[in-house]
Amino acid sequence: MSKINELFDQKISIVNIGLESFYKELKSQNVEAIQVDWRPPAGGNKKMISLLSKLKSK
Amino acid sequence: MGVKYQIRKNTYYDSVTLMLISKDVGKVEGVKEAIVGMGTELNKELALALEISSDEIANMAANDFFVSVMLSDDAIWEDVILKLDELLNKKNEESGMDYRPKTIETAVKYQRDSNIAVISVPGQYAADEARKALEKNLHVMLFSDNVSIQEEKELKTLAKEKGLLMMGPDCGTAIINHVPLAFANVISEGNIGIVGASGTGTQEVSVIIDKLGKGVSQVIGTGGRDLKDEIGGITMIQGLQALIDDPKTKVIVLISKPPALEISKKILNLASQSPKPVVVDFIGGDYEMIKSYGVYPSITLEDAAHKAVALSNGDMPVDFDRFTLADSKIDKIVDLAVSKLSEDQKYLRGLFTGGTLTDEAMKLLGDSLECIYSNIPLNPDCRLVDSSKSIGHTCVDLGDDEFTQGRPHPMIDPSTRADRLTIEAEDRSVAVILMDFVLGYGSNEDPVGAMVESIKYTQQKAEDRNQHVIFIGSICGTDKDPQSLEESQKTLEDLGVIVMPSNAQAVRLVKKIMIKVNR
Repeated sequence: MSKINELFDQKISIVNIGLESFYKELKSQNVEAIQVDWRPPAGGNKKMISLLSKLKSK
Repeated sequence: MGVKYQIRKNTYYDSVTLMLISKDVGKVEGVKEAIVGMGTELNKELALALEISSDEIANMAANDFFVSVMLSDDAIWEDVILKLDELLNKKNEESGMDYRPKTIETAVKYQRDSNIAVISVPGQYAADEARKALEKNLHVMLFSDNVSIQEEKELKTLAKEKGLLMMGPDCGTAIINHVPLAFANVISEGNIGIVGASGTGTQEVSVIIDKLGKGVSQVIGTGGRDLKDEIGGITMIQGLQALIDDPKTKVIVLISKPPALEISKKILNLASQSPKPVVVDFIGGDYEMIKSYGVYPSITLEDAAHKAVALSNGDMPVDFDRFTLADSKIDKIVDLAVSKLSEDQKYLRGLFTGGTLTDEAMKLLGDSLECIYSNIPLNPDCRLVDSSKSIGHTCVDLGDDEFTQGRPHPMIDPSTRADRLTIEAEDRSVAVILMDFVLGYGSNEDPVGAMVESIKYTQQKAEDRNQHVIFIGSICGTDKDPQSLEESQKTLEDLGVIVMPSNAQAVRLVKKIMIKVNR
């Protein structure tokens, strides 16, 4: 069975990254969900992000 | 008049939260201009344009929070900060004490059975987060837009290799195992599976299926570019195959704007091999070509829903190209409405929050109106020079990028449309105002209520010059949505808005009226 068809038989469990309203709406429906406390990497500094991603890919 | 600002370093809030707070801060008496936001390039530019910037603001990082205002009196600054803190505290209280991991990697360690990542971070960071989620074997719904088509291709290729669903970027709606994700209505459980590349189009089809007494098994979103040559329909093909293999799905519906020809052939080839009936709405696509593959082409989103329901009942589907009400009743509505118009009222103004609904409206009105001006025109000659100003017959998609820079989508915050309507109110050549109202999760808590004042204002303006404007609307919502469908409909009808059961029927009514007006 494909992973997508397996998903159709599973309980939905969400990782929400971004708009908190989506997380709240899932919680209000008793859907299992976790909100990632996301913020721009390296404070949004493009040079730093590029350096970091180069480091990570090594 | 003075400018005041405050910067709070390393304090992050998401964009929708901030834009809504910004609006409330702007309402504090004496505030002329206000920005409450993160130190993004866009916000810095905006502050500069509004003349409420400073060197400190210009040097902020993207996770520095700031408020900057222009005040009629400096003494109001204290009120602004009080209001701001009240709103932020309220938000923090609502967030509760739930544990919040910093990364996807930690999140999946903590919530071990996680299976879908819903991602809505700003576009430039979105592909990275989606890649991390796929690497952790999560299916992804990527709501963010402003992701390059190259990144989309890479993400979808990776997802395909891993057998995962990569819904999006710019995927607004999905319902997986009856859980509505992002913008989605509450639809009964049933045996109709949908794969849609058009957000509000997919919502409209699922809503009408529900209204006809049936339900959905799965609703898979693909994002609007999936059926372009560069992507090759990767997600739609995966979704279609999964629905073919899904024992709970008996009928399949595919929704998209007309795909690239080669992709269209690829999708229809797979659909033609499906042992389950497949209904296809390539909005405005080639009916006979689609039919030649042995699938069921549809003429509107509503027709797609009717055909799916007929097939689900084991009946032979027929084109649904009429009104729910008897023709004689429709004629009476048309006659009465037209009789109230003055001679100089000739034009349609369609103010839409849903992109697909705008597109469908223009296609259905087709050649009955000479040129429908739009920000997403069918005919390039009919592109609005300035999208903020209607001319002649106009249908605008107020959810299009140019209207949502630094503002929430009008389905979240309908004030963009309320403001636009008050501009249309000044134009004595307007005969008909056409609007969509999208309910469901993700949408504003009261999309109809948010328009009431501007509808009344427009009616009063018309009355003051001895005119009457015809309001026609349709509500994309079910009786199970968090907003009340019944109350929404009643509110509109009490205002004299003619509420039709679907976008297609609303447009069909407009067409009848416009033909009569322009005869």
